Amino acid sequence: MNRQVLITALILTLFAVIGGGLVSYTQQSTAAQIQANDKMSLMLSLNSLLPADRYDNDLTNSTLSLPAHPLLGSKKPSTAFFATKNKQPVAFIFNAIAPNGYNGKIYLLVGVYADGQIAGVRVVKHKETPGLGDGIDEKRSQWILKFDRHSLTSLSESQWKVKRDGGYFDQFTGATITPRAVVKAVHNTLLYYQQHKAELIQAATNPTVTKE
Amino acid sequence: MSADYKKISQDGLWTNNVALMQLLGLCPLLAVTGTFINGLGLGLATLLTLVLSNASVSAIRHWVRPEIRIPVFVLIIASIVTIIEMMMHAWFAGLYNILGIFIPLIVTNCSIIARAESFAAKNPILPSIIDGFMMGAGFLLVLILLGGLRELIGFGTLFDYSHLMFGESARDWTLSFADGYRGFLLAVLPPGAFIGLGLLIAGKNYIELRKTKTQAVKLQPVSDNVSAA
Repeated sequence: MNRQVLITALILTLFAVIGGGLVSYTQQSTAAQIQANDKMSLMLSLNSLLPADRYDNDLTNSTLSLPAHPLLGSKKPSTAFFATKNKQPVAFIFNAIAPNGYNGKIYLLVGVYADGQIAGVRVVKHKETPGLGDGIDEKRSQWILKFDRHSLTSLSESQWKVKRDGGYFDQFTGATITPRAVVKAVHNTLLYYQQHKAELIQAATNPTVTKE
Repeated sequence: MSADYKKISQDGLWTNNVALMQLLGLCPLLAVTGTFINGLGLGLATLLTLVLSNASVSAIRHWVRPEIRIPVFVLIIASIVTIIEMMMHAWFAGLYNILGIFIPLIVTNCSIIARAESFAAKNPILPSIIDGFMMGAGFLLVLILLGGLRELIGFGTLFDYSHLMFGESARDWTLSFADGYRGFLLAVLPPGAFIGLGLLIAGKNYIELRKTKTQAVKLQPVSDNVSAA
């Protein structure tokens, strides 16, 4: 009887070991490719905000760790990318969160040129209603491109709102909450940039200082 | 022997179809079929899992004691799915990002352990592989049919996002049927998945019913033909 149990346990262990071995082998052989993919897709999304000829640094590795700030919508520190050309800061790309979407948080990438103009905005992740709120996604509509080139000076405080609230930006038929949340988050990012411009430019000009 | 394979194929693709007849694996089926390509991606991953798990379960069927057979099956299936998940992440990153959680959830697709238990554990390797392939193909067909249907009605397109699977050259495979079509929201939302699946099942039942009817007609004397039709 005891022997039976032992053999059974051994067989089970054997399968666990073989299974685990195969999985870890695959993990090792695909890890590099997966990392390259992640970097590639990050690069693609960053480049859709900022044309590749506007900067000459290694964008995906040029990051600043920003402490949590209500204007960026996150309670955790976030990462920002900085673009430089000839060592001069050209633009910053922030990970901003619109906390008040219709179905929870909307994650955004907001590119801001050094002079405070929007380079571009893209939605990274959202759970808004398909067909109604998902117009914020560049694949579904051109709405998100409306932000390009705008800044705190090109539109007044009261214009940084959706049309229903008396502002400049369209809402969608049947969905006001989603665009309202995005407009607010983009506006907040610009305010954040305005408040922290000096330190950000400083950090991007001497990147070694900020690297841990 | 070949008649046997024919029966296995018929079972998997039609008579005992995983999605339409056994109603297994509905969670991923309903969740990912928003577009044709999503359905194709999950369908292929499930098919591959079924073939590999059936093959391995069949190969070890003489060694594993009945008491530990289920844990061993689960181990095998979980390893296979994890490996497939990593490979998809490495080579079909875009598709992986869309299908997301539903790839690892293939583990919980009951059809896989059902085939391991009810077929592969009792049959030699080759029939088991064919059974896995045909069951998987039956599931795949329903996935792409439902995905295509929902995409067509919901967005007015077909084969959108093909580049996620077939590379950049497939970017313009998208067929757009009606310019300016604003889409029919219901088809894309979860209720559309249920309604679509219901229609597919009804369609299958209808075809079966007609088949039995025509068979019945054949068997009956000529004079009864009118009333039967």
